[in-house]
Amino acid sequence: MGAALFVVLAVLTVIAALTVVLHPNPVKSALALVTTLFLLAVVFVLLEAQMIAVLQVIVYAGAIMVLFLFVIMLLNLQSDDPERGRRRAVLRALAWAGGALLAVELALLTRGASVDMVSTAPPGYGGAQAVAQSLFTDFVFPFELTSILLLVAVVGAVVLAQKQRRPTLS
Amino acid sequence: MIDVGIAGVKALLVLLMVLNLSAILLWVERKGSALIQDRIGANRANILGVMPFNLGFINTLIADPIKLLTKEDMVPAGADKLLHFMAPFLAVFPVLVTFAAVPFGDQLVIGDTTINLQVADLDVGILYVLAMSSLAVYGVVLGGWASNSRWALLGGIRGSAQMISYEIAMGLALIGAVMTFGTLDLQAIARAQGHHFFGVIPAWGIIYQPLGFLIFLIAGIAESKRVPFDLPEGESELISGYFTEYSGMKQAAFMLSDFAESVVVAGLATTLFFGAWQVPWLARDGFHFPGGAFVALPQLVVVVLQIVSFTIKVFALCVFQILVRWTLPRYRYDQVMDLGWKYLLPLALANMLVTGVVIVLVG
Repeated sequence: MGAALFVVLAVLTVIAALTVVLHPNPVKSALALVTTLFLLAVVFVLLEAQMIAVLQVIVYAGAIMVLFLFVIMLLNLQSDDPERGRRRAVLRALAWAGGALLAVELALLTRGASVDMVSTAPPGYGGAQAVAQSLFTDFVFPFELTSILLLVAVVGAVVLAQKQRRPTLS
Repeated sequence: MIDVGIAGVKALLVLLMVLNLSAILLWVERKGSALIQDRIGANRANILGVMPFNLGFINTLIADPIKLLTKEDMVPAGADKLLHFMAPFLAVFPVLVTFAAVPFGDQLVIGDTTINLQVADLDVGILYVLAMSSLAVYGVVLGGWASNSRWALLGGIRGSAQMISYEIAMGLALIGAVMTFGTLDLQAIARAQGHHFFGVIPAWGIIYQPLGFLIFLIAGIAESKRVPFDLPEGESELISGYFTEYSGMKQAAFMLSDFAESVVVAGLATTLFFGAWQVPWLARDGFHFPGGAFVALPQLVVVVLQIVSFTIKVFALCVFQILVRWTLPRYRYDQVMDLGWKYLLPLALANMLVTGVVIVLVG
């Protein structure tokens, strides 16, 4: 049951991820990314990591991607002018090369390794309590550092928005 | 096999409860607004004109959906057909699945099976609810964008900005309650509200977290995009905002999602701040009144009382939201953003801090 579910989810996730890259329409690309993140969250649930799954949906699918969509919609991206076409071709070739390299590396790394399709983690392994336990004991220093980083980003955003004196969206 | 059956029945029950409450609310809203504005309100629903009197409630419940179902379904020229089709579904789906984590009763023991009266017994219940409500934005954004209409696009952009802003205040307001009860599991929170102060005052969440409840309710009303926060669909400014270009059942789906969202907000407020399914002095074996009086009740009666109590509380909070809607005028857009970011957010943070200090001091 778990393994079958995993295979179905994996196929769907890969299809959604490919759509992100291949779809010509930026809005639909962004939506495909939302779908990918949501499906990954379901995979996390199968792996007994409910906390990570829920946070993934709240943070990525629910907040960050909405802002992405917001920006894409506001800019109303049109298909680009021909002058940028050649640069695009170079970028595309580079992207293919990078992707191929990554695929080869992954194949080499995972060669011979056996992967369980069904979670072997004990129940409660990825629950709120377990995650909080390790976050606030073993990893409390990086955790606090991250929050300082976020604070800096927030202050930076406020400073930048103030400087331009743009009228707020209304 | 029997587990799957029980789970299915529970899911269907909760789904029907949300949908029916939404439909009843539609009628309460129409009649209630008429009452508040000194009008008569919807009174023309009749069966082929032969009924001697207006059945009101039931008739309107049937007549409204029939009207909506039989209307022409329009797709504007230049619209993105796929996304235009998908948007109403994306608006309704997250709202309907949110209720899965909300417990509507304690537990029912039949023979040796114990049924937990909650569709999904989640360890991270509150976070699941927040995750689903954060997905509700997509229906609004896409409905606005895919319609290829300026009104709709403006409504969609306003809607997404507003929903993201108030989500933060809403989440932070809930943290106070989570800290008080020390768990994210909604059923555990419901059980924790069973005792009484001095034997008389039920120990409901609102006693511990009055400010948290207020912030949650305001943010919840803003999330469901209703007056005074109905900027995304403000008629006098944007026709109908993000669903201007929708007709028939798809438009009804957007309306349904707004009503269902009020039900969800009421359900969560009930669970966290009004003792969920708790009935004062009712324990699993019967009423324990202050002063030692005891009335024993069979288990089935207790469960029914709990479900009725939960439903009444949810309905009362829904009606309260409708009262607010027809009492207050609409905010200006910058006022909505100011309220969310400059007042509710700092207040919610302060509430968190005070809760933390009190918990450390009291222990």
